[in-house]
Amino acid sequence: MSFLGNLSLDAIPFHEPILVFTMSVIAIAGLIIAGLITKYKKWGVLWRDWITSVDHKRLGVMYILLALIMLFRGFSDAIMMRAQLALATSGAPGYLPPEHYDQIFTAHGVIMIIFMAMPFMIGLMNIVLPLQIGARDVAFPFLNNLSFWFTASGAILINLSLVFGEFAKTGWVAYPPLSELTFSPGVGVDYYIWALQISGLGTLLTAVNFLVTVFKMRAPGMTLMKMPIFTWACTWANILIAASFPILTAVLAMLTLDRYLDFHFFTNAAGGNAMMYINLFWAWGHPEVYILVLPAFGIFSEIISTFAGKRLFGYKSMVYASGAISILGFIVWLHHFFTMGSSANVNAFFGVMTMVIAVPTGVKLFNWLFTIYRGRLRISVPVLWTLGFMITFTVGGMTGVLLAIPGADYVLHNSLFLIAHFHNTIIGGAVFGYLAGFVFWFPKAMGFKLNEKWGKASFWCWIIGFFVAFMPLYVLGFLGMTRRLNHTNNPDWNIWLYIAAGGAVIIMFGIISQAIQLFVSFRDREALDDTTGDPWNGHTLEWATSSPPQVYNFATIPHVDDIDAWTEAKEKGQAYQTKASYSPIHMPKNTSAGVFMAASLTAFCFAMIWHIWWLAVVGLVGAIAIFIKRCYTNDVDYYIQPDEIARTEAAYNSSGNKELNA
Amino acid sequence: MLIRNLCNIALASTVLALSGCKGGILDPKGQIGIDEKNLIIIATVLMLLVVVPVIVMTLYFAWKYRDTQNQEIYAPKWAHSNKIEAAVWAVPIVIVIILGVITWESTQELDPYKPIEGKGEHLTVEVVSLNWKWLFIYPEQGIATVNELVFPANVPVEYKITSESTMNSFFIPQLGSQIYSMAGMETKLHLIANEPGTFKGFSANYSGAGFTGMKFNAIATPTQADFDKWVTSVKANANNLTHANYVELAKASENNPVAYYGKVDDGLFHTIVMKYMQAHGDMNKKHHAMGEHGQMSKKHHEMAEHSMPSSHSQGEE
Repeated sequence: MSFLGNLSLDAIPFHEPILVFTMSVIAIAGLIIAGLITKYKKWGVLWRDWITSVDHKRLGVMYILLALIMLFRGFSDAIMMRAQLALATSGAPGYLPPEHYDQIFTAHGVIMIIFMAMPFMIGLMNIVLPLQIGARDVAFPFLNNLSFWFTASGAILINLSLVFGEFAKTGWVAYPPLSELTFSPGVGVDYYIWALQISGLGTLLTAVNFLVTVFKMRAPGMTLMKMPIFTWACTWANILIAASFPILTAVLAMLTLDRYLDFHFFTNAAGGNAMMYINLFWAWGHPEVYILVLPAFGIFSEIISTFAGKRLFGYKSMVYASGAISILGFIVWLHHFFTMGSSANVNAFFGVMTMVIAVPTGVKLFNWLFTIYRGRLRISVPVLWTLGFMITFTVGGMTGVLLAIPGADYVLHNSLFLIAHFHNTIIGGAVFGYLAGFVFWFPKAMGFKLNEKWGKASFWCWIIGFFVAFMPLYVLGFLGMTRRLNHTNNPDWNIWLYIAAGGAVIIMFGIISQAIQLFVSFRDREALDDTTGDPWNGHTLEWATSSPPQVYNFATIPHVDDIDAWTEAKEKGQAYQTKASYSPIHMPKNTSAGVFMAASLTAFCFAMIWHIWWLAVVGLVGAIAIFIKRCYTNDVDYYIQPDEIARTEAAYNSSGNKELNA
Repeated sequence: MLIRNLCNIALASTVLALSGCKGGILDPKGQIGIDEKNLIIIATVLMLLVVVPVIVMTLYFAWKYRDTQNQEIYAPKWAHSNKIEAAVWAVPIVIVIILGVITWESTQELDPYKPIEGKGEHLTVEVVSLNWKWLFIYPEQGIATVNELVFPANVPVEYKITSESTMNSFFIPQLGSQIYSMAGMETKLHLIANEPGTFKGFSANYSGAGFTGMKFNAIATPTQADFDKWVTSVKANANNLTHANYVELAKASENNPVAYYGKVDDGLFHTIVMKYMQAHGDMNKKHHAMGEHGQMSKKHHEMAEHSMPSSHSQGEE
C-alpha cells in the first residue's frame, strides 16, 4: 500500500491535449484571479465577509457564482458533445474517442443538474426567501454556511477529476451493473459517488434549514396562506428535498458498499439486482426535477404579477397546484423505465399518474395568463424570460405527456426525443426561471440593475438557440437516433445534427451576452444604481429593504396583513418610515467552522476515491472534531445597538427618490 | 393570399419533414410500430388542442395588455374568478381523462409481453446482449448468429431477451417496441414485420465504450421458404456455438462483424440466464451440474421466471 493509495503521476492525463489545455486555462485563470485579489488586498475581505459569512444574502450570491462557473463548465461539455456529433457523421470517428466522450456526457448531466441548477435555485432562495417572510436570517445561519461549502466541495471534487484520474463513464444516472467495479474499475464512478454524496448532504441540510425558517420565522400576521408565492414554491421544493434526497444518499451508499466492500446490492452475481438501484435512483430523480422547476414557477409568478402591476391570479390555486405536483411527483418514478418489463397494468398506472401532473401544471399556465389579463405588462427582461418560458415549457410539457404514454415511450424511450424533451423542460422551465430571477433580484442582492440591452440580447440568443438546438433532436428521435452515441452513420441524420450544433453556438452567444451584461452593468453601476430598494414596484417584503439590504434585513420586523405586503404598505403610506427608536438586533457571528469542516470532508472524499486510507481517517476525524468544537463555542452571536440602526436607517431613507414608486 | 401561401409552405414542409422520416419510428413496417405511430399522432393532436391556445393566448395577452397602450381595462386588484378557476381546472382534467383512457387501453394492447394474435405461431428467437454485440439464438432451428437477425415477414416473433453483462435495450425502431436486456433475467418482446425488408436494430441503452457499435440488421425475408433457405445455409456453417465457445464470444469486443453458427449447444440461453443464480464465487462448478440434471434445471428455470421484472407470470396464472 503506497502512501498515496492508488494515486500516482499516471493518473494525470498528460496524454490528452484537450485536458492539458483545459488544465492550463484553469491554472492561468486561477493565478490571474489570485494575483488580482492580492494586488487589491482583498484576501481579508474575501475571508471575513464572504467565505466565513453566515449572512443568507451573501451565501446566496456565492451559490449563484458557483452556479455560473459550473454553467460555464457544463456548457463547455455540451458544445464539445454537439461538435463531436456534428463531426462524427457518416461513419467518421470525430475528435473524441468513447473513453473521453463518455466522461463528457456523464459530467455534463451531473454538473448541470447537481452543480448548476441546484445551486442557482438554492442561491435565489437564499437571497429572497428570508426577506420575503420578513426574517432577519435563516433559522440556522451556521448550517447555511456549512451547506454551501458542502455543495462547493462536491463541485471541487468533480473538477478535480479533470486533473486526477477520470470521471464516470456511465451516464449521469450511473446505472449498475455498468457502474459496478466489474465494468467500471476506475475512479470515475467513485468521484461521482462522493461528489453527489457531499453536495447532497448540503442540499438536504439546506432544505431542513429553510423549512424551519418558513415554519418558525415568518413575520407576525403572515399566515401560511399569506406567504409570497415564491416562498410557497420553495417550501414545496424543500419538502421534496427532505423527502427524496435521503433516498439518493441511501442508494449511493449501497453502491459504495458494492464497490468498496464487495457487497452485492446491485451486482449481477450473488443475488444483486440492478433494478432496485434504478427504482431507487428515480424515486429521488423524479422529485428532483420538480425540486428544480417549482421554485422557477414561483419566480415566474412573482415576475408576472409584478410587471403586470396586478395581484397574482388564483393564488390559492397556485399553492394547491404546487402541492399536487409535489405529491404526484413521488408516484410517477416508474415512467423512466417503462421498457424494463413491468406488466401492462403497472405501466399504465404510472403513465396515467404522470399525465395527471399536467393538470396542476396547466392550471398554473392559465393562472399566469389571467394575471396578465387586464394588467399593464411592462415588457422588461424578466418578462421576456417569463413569456419565453410559457411558450417553450408548453411544448416541453406536451412532449412529456407523450412520453408518459407507455405505448409511445416504447419507441421514444432513450431516443433523442427524450433528450429534447427534458432539455425543453429543464432549460425552458428551470433555467429560464433562474435567469429571470437573476435579473429580477440582481438589484436587490447587488444594489444596481443589470444592463437591459445585453439582457435582451442574451434572452433572444438563448431562446432562438434553444429552438435551433433542440427541435432537431425531436426529429432525430423520430428518425430512430438513440442517446449517448459516440458517432453516427446515417445520412438522413446529418443535417439535423449540424443544425443542432449551430443552435448550441447561438446559446453560446447568449451566455457570452450575459457575461458582457455583467461586465457592462458593473462598469455602469453608478448609473444603474438602485437607490429605492424597490426598482420594479414590487409586491412583497424583499422590496421593503434597501438594495442591498442591511445585514439585519429589517430594522423593525414588519406586520403582514396581505399576500402583497409591500404593495399594501405603499398604498397605506406606511412605506419607508424611520422609527423614532429601535430595539437592539440579535445577529449571528461569522464562523470559519463551515469551510474547514467542508475542506476536511473533501479531503476525506478524495482519499476515499484514491484509497488513501490515512488521509480518509484524518479528513473524517478532522471534520467531526471541528464540528464538536463548534458545538462548544459560545461566542456565536452579537447585538447591533439601536443608535447604529438609527444611523443606518436614516442614511438609507434620506437617499434616493422614494416617492418614485410610493 | 399571404395566408394561402403560408398554408402551402406549411403543407410542403410537413410533407418534406415526414418524407425525411424514412427509416424512423414514423415509417413503421410492422403492426406494433404502426399502432404506436398512430398512438403518437392521436395523442399529439389531442394535446395541441390545449397547447396551441395557450401559446396563442400568451402572445396575444402580452401584446394586448402591454403597458404602452391604455385603452384596455386595468384591474390591478382583480385576482379571482370562480368561473375562470373552474374552467382552468376543468379543461386540462377533461383532456387528461381522455388521454388517460387512451393510455390505459393502448398500454394493455401494446404490452410487449403480449403475443401477437391472429397471425399464427410465433417464431422464437433468444436474444443475448454481450459487450458489445448481439447474439441471436434460434432454439427451434438450432442455429445462432451475431449481429444479424433474420425472420420471415408476416410471422410474429417472440424474443426472449437477456444480457451477459451490462444492461442494454433491444430495439428495432421500424418494427416497434424496445425492451431492456438484463443479466440474470429474461424479458420478452413480441414483434412482427408486415413487409419484407432490412431494418436497423441497435441497443438503445448505453452500456459502455463499445455501445455505439452494437448495431445489427433485422432482415424480414419475403416468405417462410426464404427464411428456411437462410436457416439451411447457416446450418451448413461449420462454426459451433458450444458453452466453451460462448465464453470466448462473451469477451468484450467492439464493432463485431456478422457471424453464423451452424450448431448451438442445447440450453445455452438458459445457462446464460441462470449464470448468476449460482452461489457467490462458485459459478463454473454449478453450471455443469445444471446441464446434467434436466429436472433441477427446470426447477431453476421456474425460479428465473418468477424473478423476472414483471408480475406477468403471476398475473396470468
